[in-house]
Amino acid sequence: MGEDGASDGRGSGRDIKLVVPGEALGPAADRIVGHGVGRRGDQLIATRLGHLCEQGSEVSVVPVKTAYMPRPGDLVVGYIEGMRANIWFIDIGAPFNAILPMSLAPGKVDYGATRDAMDVGTTILCRVQEVDESHSSVVTMKGMGLRKLNSGFVDQVPPHLNAQIIGSKGSMIQMLKEASDCRIIVGQNGRLWIEGEPEGVRLVRDALKMIRETGHAPGLAGRVQGLLDS
Amino acid sequence: MGGYGDVQMIDEDGKRVDGRGPGDLRPIEIEVGVVPVADGSASIRWGANYAIATVYGPMEAHPRKISRQERAVLDVRYNMAPFSTTDRMRPGFNRRSREISKVTSDALESVVQLELYPRSKIRVEIEVLCAEAGTRCVGLTAASVALADAGIPMTDMVVSVASGKINGVVVCDLNKEEDNYGEADLPMGVLPNTGDLVFLQMDGDLSPEEFQQAWDYNVNAAQAVHEIMVAALADRYGGGE
Repeated sequence: MGEDGASDGRGSGRDIKLVVPGEALGPAADRIVGHGVGRRGDQLIATRLGHLCEQGSEVSVVPVKTAYMPRPGDLVVGYIEGMRANIWFIDIGAPFNAILPMSLAPGKVDYGATRDAMDVGTTILCRVQEVDESHSSVVTMKGMGLRKLNSGFVDQVPPHLNAQIIGSKGSMIQMLKEASDCRIIVGQNGRLWIEGEPEGVRLVRDALKMIRETGHAPGLAGRVQGLLDS
Repeated sequence: MGGYGDVQMIDEDGKRVDGRGPGDLRPIEIEVGVVPVADGSASIRWGANYAIATVYGPMEAHPRKISRQERAVLDVRYNMAPFSTTDRMRPGFNRRSREISKVTSDALESVVQLELYPRSKIRVEIEVLCAEAGTRCVGLTAASVALADAGIPMTDMVVSVASGKINGVVVCDLNKEEDNYGEADLPMGVLPNTGDLVFLQMDGDLSPEEFQQAWDYNVNAAQAVHEIMVAALADRYGGGE
């Protein structure tokens, strides 16, 4: 299976203090500026809405919401949005469309035959190959498990809840797979591919709905377990 | 402004038509996350004003010609619903909504860290459902909360309040009668953490002393509104101390 995206460790520091953009976080001296933190004179300030996280001398804010920003190596579920003679444009849920060159497509594609190989609306499993400084990204479909997704469902959760879906050491995703008997691939852009019997798919989608609605509150694993048991 | 100078809107005790004192705000309620499909959203009730602001993005900038190589663009659209006023508001963009969209965008651009999302677009939509004077301030404040809710990086949140003059007295947060029949109106956008000014317009005449008084009212009121904004965000996402 191609599931990927273990927790990036940013779950730590939850249920600490909620900070809002512009809020002063104390003097900047001898402190390391982390994610979601900026400077105003000799003060540190929060630049995002989130929970304050202080680890050693590093101060950061764990945002309650965040847009998906592609990083090389990310496994993502994308939709074909357009094409030219030798490239496709892929919606990967990021601020910009990614590019899939013909040379990185699965199998051989003739010049000018991109639409015959994969038309607009096709769902694909791909991996981010490179991201440049202006956030333009290139994705590849050359690699194990990367393919067109012709069956199953795609559901979506906000990318900042990915860590909750995976759970600690993959516990949550494992629980969902075992309870529903479905194949599930978690893209790091927050899109999940689910394939299985209709009953199982419905169960997973119910669980994802719960994660979307209550994922920001503590005690999520217990709630999802309760839903699966019922 | 000032065409109805004989209308008495404040008595000798400093009590206004709706019972407020000169420095008092109308009641304000803010709710976060009212539009689940949006990346960020907020509704605000400010007196009889009712507005909803939503934020989508950062997303691919369309049309292409508006995109900037080095930063994101803020695409702000302020609109009043046809049923929001007693005289039906003709639907669609007009000169006034275009102006308010522009000044709102300029005010928000001074706090949003646009350089983090080059070539993209952040869409802010403000829909006024019920209007009772000061809708540009209400819209800007709601947009600020919606941007924070969407997780957009900002150096501060903009708070907007208007003060003005009625029957020769400077008062804070004009209501409909005071706005229609008063002598001056001074909407301001303030950054509550630094006191910086990011938006200012003025209608009517104020002496330097009156201007200073209206300014002080706005800056103090901005602190009070900011507390309500923070409480609304904490209410949605839990937390606080």
